Amino acid sequence: MTALGASVRVVTLYDDVMNVYADRGNLLAIQHRAAKRGIGVEAIAASLGDPLPDAPDLVLIGGGQDREQRRIADELCGHGPMLRAWADDGVAMLAVCGGFQLFGRWYRDTSGVTLTGAGVFDVTTVAPGPGQERCIGDIVVQSTIPEVGEVVGFENHGGRTYLGPTAEPFARVEYGRGNNGADGTEGAVYRSAIGTYLHGSVLPKNPRLLDWLLGRAILHRTGSLPVLPPLDDALELRAHRAAIEVAQRRSPKFA
Amino acid sequence: MARTRQASLRQRGALIAGRLARDATRRLGRGGGTALPGLVAGKLAPDLIEAAGTLPGLGAVTVTGTNGKTTTTHLIAAIAREAGWTPLTNRSGSNLARGLVTALVDTATGTGAIDDRDQRLGLYEVDEAVLPTVFARLRPRAAVFLNLFRDQLDRYGEIDSVAEGWAGMLPPKPGSENGASWAPTLVLNADDPSVAQLAEDAPGRVVWFGIDDVSVALPGGEHASDARFCRCGARLTHDVQFMGHVGHWSCSSCGRRRPTPEVAATRVALDADGSEVELRVGEETATLRVPTAGLYSVTNALAAIAAAHALGIDTEVAVRAVRAAGPAFGRQERFVVGGKHVRVWLAKNPAGLNEIVRALLASGPDHQLTVLAMLNDDIQDGKDVSWIYDADLERLAGHLGGLVCSGDRADDMALRIAIGGVTPTAVVAETEAALDSALALVDEGGTLDVVATYTAMIDVREAAARRAGVGSYWESTEPSR
Repeated sequence: MTALGASVRVVTLYDDVMNVYADRGNLLAIQHRAAKRGIGVEAIAASLGDPLPDAPDLVLIGGGQDREQRRIADELCGHGPMLRAWADDGVAMLAVCGGFQLFGRWYRDTSGVTLTGAGVFDVTTVAPGPGQERCIGDIVVQSTIPEVGEVVGFENHGGRTYLGPTAEPFARVEYGRGNNGADGTEGAVYRSAIGTYLHGSVLPKNPRLLDWLLGRAILHRTGSLPVLPPLDDALELRAHRAAIEVAQRRSPKFA
Repeated sequence: MARTRQASLRQRGALIAGRLARDATRRLGRGGGTALPGLVAGKLAPDLIEAAGTLPGLGAVTVTGTNGKTTTTHLIAAIAREAGWTPLTNRSGSNLARGLVTALVDTATGTGAIDDRDQRLGLYEVDEAVLPTVFARLRPRAAVFLNLFRDQLDRYGEIDSVAEGWAGMLPPKPGSENGASWAPTLVLNADDPSVAQLAEDAPGRVVWFGIDDVSVALPGGEHASDARFCRCGARLTHDVQFMGHVGHWSCSSCGRRRPTPEVAATRVALDADGSEVELRVGEETATLRVPTAGLYSVTNALAAIAAAHALGIDTEVAVRAVRAAGPAFGRQERFVVGGKHVRVWLAKNPAGLNEIVRALLASGPDHQLTVLAMLNDDIQDGKDVSWIYDADLERLAGHLGGLVCSGDRADDMALRIAIGGVTPTAVVAETEAALDSALALVDEGGTLDVVATYTAMIDVREAAARRAGVGSYWESTEPSR
């Protein structure tokens, strides 16, 4: 076991409100993998009414229903300048589903209310009118980050997200729907911050994505990108492959 | 009851056609035929939903909620029989609209009539998202609401819409402008704030049930908590939590709080196979043995006794019936296979799985469990398997002597448990082979606990029952004539 001598500070935002799709599995998986490598993880939860903690290396936020998004939107928008400064400074971030939407510029929800987001990503999201189907199902994407490669998960969202002129997609859809079901993009990436619709939880069965975020968090903490020692990923890769098989069988192939 | 009437000729014909469809599917070996008979009969006579409410002479009762529907319905049926009534009830897992019609088909005679109508109580387990579509057509005399947890979001959408559906289906209060002639008694779990808030829309009597004994509360909070906010928008406060957001709750902003239950467990002592409960029912007290393990089994029993109370059945009769009731289909059912015990637990969602883990750990800190964990991802299981990360499986670490992961998503289950700190002994996707390898880990006379999602439970229960020499699924439930 290689002790990298590093310890990272992970901040979870609104994890008692924005937790609808078991996104806590992401933190559990980070702790599990970091512990195997002797990397310390200091996890700090910040929810409604709490000040933002100092000096995070990795920020996590999960998905929520419209009601929960409305509950946190004002406060999160108020945190926007700090979150954007962190992202500019290279803090690693993973914002999933509703969290991704609110890390964008704005989200117009099903009742037509527009929630201003934190603006970490240059994306906007619109909930479609009644009668429009939600995007639900297993999804496989190819990340635009070469080290991350293929990523598997489950998506369940009404909102359609569109990339702005300065946004980079996190991935291209292979099976499933992604940001809007039309342009083949999935999520967004800005420096070390990733927004995505994939849950599942996404990190446990995508160890390369987890390691990329963990490496970026250590880079933010120490100033140098570590070489993370490999782990026995047999269980992770079996679950990864199982999810690909299900997506190939049940989800639309993106043309 | 004045509303009851005989089946119309058309309804009788539809019921006869449903019987023919059922017999044909069985002859073809297509399983128990729980859906098709209802589909056929319902197509021929759409008003059979109304008939499910009006044909039983003693009226109808609905049971809904995320967890505990089947067991609570099973217990109310046992109580009704003990009281000398004849329940007319739908079969396990058949709780959509067509399942209600199938219940009528199963009860109908060869001429499409319902025997013994005067003593019949319609008793229907109804899916929580389906209930709003049938409630006003059934017009039940009493409606039991157990709890509301997140469950299969890929199927139900978001849980707020389920709660809104429940509130919207209730008839207006009598005396109001559009006051209805029908005012069902609501039997409500006082400990679940999502359920309790329904009382504000109740058109008539409310019978509350709940757990008063705080000694069985969780030591800390639990992750799978789905009602953290009050109707008024403020954050709820919990003095104690029993499971997730279920507990002794209040809102410091608007003053809403857990009502004092009329049917209460004043003392609960949990053991590995069940629990001893001191009951208060109105002015009376009683002692109850709940014959299945876990605090959630106590809640189900309380709900059944509260329903009996709402129906005017003596508590003594209800307590006797619950004590003698066996487990419902696939819910802690036991089989003996080659000198080893197999106990089957159905796990559908994080809250339910947490309760199963807690019940398993009631066998004591030194007891090493052998577990077969089965995860499928069919529609009935939930296609999205991410929910396993919301359950606190970390609690099993140090208590598992052997663990086999199985099912279509065996690999996801194995990874989840490994992240929780337990390395699986084996990962075997296929049911029969998994059962073999799990049983091989159990000593003679020992117990294998099988924890499975819905379709995996059906498969493994069938396999265990066959090895134990017990009848198949459709033979083991409510006898049909």
